[in-house]
Amino acid sequence: MSIQTPDAPTALPPAEPPKKAKTGRRSIFLRRPFFTIALIVAAGYVLAAIFAPYVAPYDPVMQDINAMMQAPSMAHLLGTDSYGQDILSRVIYGARYALIIGIFSVLIGAAGGLVIGLAAGLSGGWLEWALMRLIDSILALPSLILAVAFIAILGQGVDKVVVAVGLSMIGPFARTVRADVMQVRVQLFVEAATLMSIPYLKVIWRHVLPNVIFPLAVQVTIRISEAILVSSSLSFLGIGVTPPTPDWGLMIAEGRAFVSFAAWMSAMPGFALALLLIALSIVGDGIREEFDPKLRRGA
Amino acid sequence: MIMSQTQTKRPSTAPTPPVFELIEVEQEFSVPQPGRSLFNRDTVGLKALDGVRLSIAQGASLALVGESGSGKSTLLRVLLGLDAPSGGRALYRGKPIREARARGTGFARDVAMVYQDARGSLDPRMTVGQLIAEPLRHFNIVRKGEEAARVAQLIDRVGLPTDAASRYPSGLSGGQVRRVAIARALASEPSVLVADEAVSGLDVSTQAQLLTLLRSLQRDMGLTLVFITHDLGVASYLCEEIAIMYLGRIVETGPTDAVLDTPAHPYSAALRAAAPRFFEPIPEPLPGEIPSPLDLPNGCRFSSRCPAAQEDCRLRDPQLGQQGAGRAVACLHPLTSTGAQASETR
Repeated sequence: MSIQTPDAPTALPPAEPPKKAKTGRRSIFLRRPFFTIALIVAAGYVLAAIFAPYVAPYDPVMQDINAMMQAPSMAHLLGTDSYGQDILSRVIYGARYALIIGIFSVLIGAAGGLVIGLAAGLSGGWLEWALMRLIDSILALPSLILAVAFIAILGQGVDKVVVAVGLSMIGPFARTVRADVMQVRVQLFVEAATLMSIPYLKVIWRHVLPNVIFPLAVQVTIRISEAILVSSSLSFLGIGVTPPTPDWGLMIAEGRAFVSFAAWMSAMPGFALALLLIALSIVGDGIREEFDPKLRRGA
Repeated sequence: MIMSQTQTKRPSTAPTPPVFELIEVEQEFSVPQPGRSLFNRDTVGLKALDGVRLSIAQGASLALVGESGSGKSTLLRVLLGLDAPSGGRALYRGKPIREARARGTGFARDVAMVYQDARGSLDPRMTVGQLIAEPLRHFNIVRKGEEAARVAQLIDRVGLPTDAASRYPSGLSGGQVRRVAIARALASEPSVLVADEAVSGLDVSTQAQLLTLLRSLQRDMGLTLVFITHDLGVASYLCEEIAIMYLGRIVETGPTDAVLDTPAHPYSAALRAAAPRFFEPIPEPLPGEIPSPLDLPNGCRFSSRCPAAQEDCRLRDPQLGQQGAGRAVACLHPLTSTGAQASETR
């Protein structure tokens, strides 16, 4: 009838010429200048945090009665606070706490969200219903309020703040993971794996999880800034980390009383916080746009 | 002549049971009653398959043809053991398919599937090499050290470029993705290949290459091929036998050429006539829509659209009955009883 080409070649040349892997595309750093700048800024924070003892000019908790509330000068680049502590040193050490709290609390939130989201997305039935109602009740409260509640239970301190902020972030993570799982588990390649008699848990491990982990990793980069903001808010409210610790939220709170004549005391840590959050948001957005699986092409 | 041939053929196939045998298979789904109110929970049974009889012998190549909604995909899911039929028996080498599937990896290894949506059936986060290696590893087909060589061999067999192993499916064209799906299906060294619309949606030259590949694979490896399609040209090129489905039932089976040359069922004739040809006006289409399986016409289910319907067609439901050599048709008034006889004596 219509198809009569018995001698079409069985082995045909590739339909497209072998791709030149990267040469055709400009590097991400050139295509996204804001991303590059933000990445440099964020990397600067990370380096400052890691090498804080080497880059900070003073001990962050060293009080100098002779140099109280000094405006920015050559000796104290960002000025000093009401105890005579060097603000630049405290901002640098503060980056340590901000990043540690941000990263670890997001990891706690992501891990918890992954477990709950996977369970909810795969189980269905009453278990899914119960888990999602739990998540809904977590989501009903803003993460700051929830973190305050957890601090009230756990007590103060850096480790407690990490746990409290992490627990309060499980909700949004669980919801996105569940949505991804539900989308992936009905995909044909999952059915194809089942058809091959691959055991269910192995299918989840090999085919469902990798397709959920990557969007989750992107979520993690975006939400670090949120975690830092929540932890700083806790410190600002005076229920996060305890006073001598150089924490930005705490420093803003301490400088609040003197803001009319020593504005640098609150402004410097506030500026450091704002800059880091903006940089992290831009980096997160850039990563999300770059590695969206829907947009990813080829090897 | 042909009779004697079939007689000599029959005893040889009799001792080994056919690969697949469907006996009066029914598949009923509960669906919400049409037009029910919001709080009404009434459901009605929708018979996606209604009394399907089909037997597929070892080494055969069968094309399953029918309109959308005729139950091809449902039949496929029953054949693959993904769904248990709600009625009748579906056997794989004499054993119920679901049991055969539950017993271990033997069935999964022996019956491979090429999906219509080949791209969707491949995990987008795995390279082509990993995708093809997955069944190799799962069924323990080659030792670890020989895995890469076997993958390369399969990639070469389906006519993909050698460097394809390191690429991701998203970087391949539609035709190449189908080849990957075929290579993956062949990796488990199956004896049965089930392909769902494996060449639809491709341009004609790519279709021809894939069909040639499938035919040579079938011949070289002695595969039993079940090919679902709506393209009669593809069916006639690739498959020796054809089964035409209409509304959940097989209305005509037989050798492809005989069925297409002298269709006995009016529906087969209509399908045959609907295929557009060069230099001829587009033929008059079949009147009306395919009826809803919830609201089947009385008697023969094709009677509402049949150009040759007679009085008793609306009263009696014809069963699939023998019609000439190796052919069967479910029609009270087969179109070419003369034509069928003619082909018999030919």
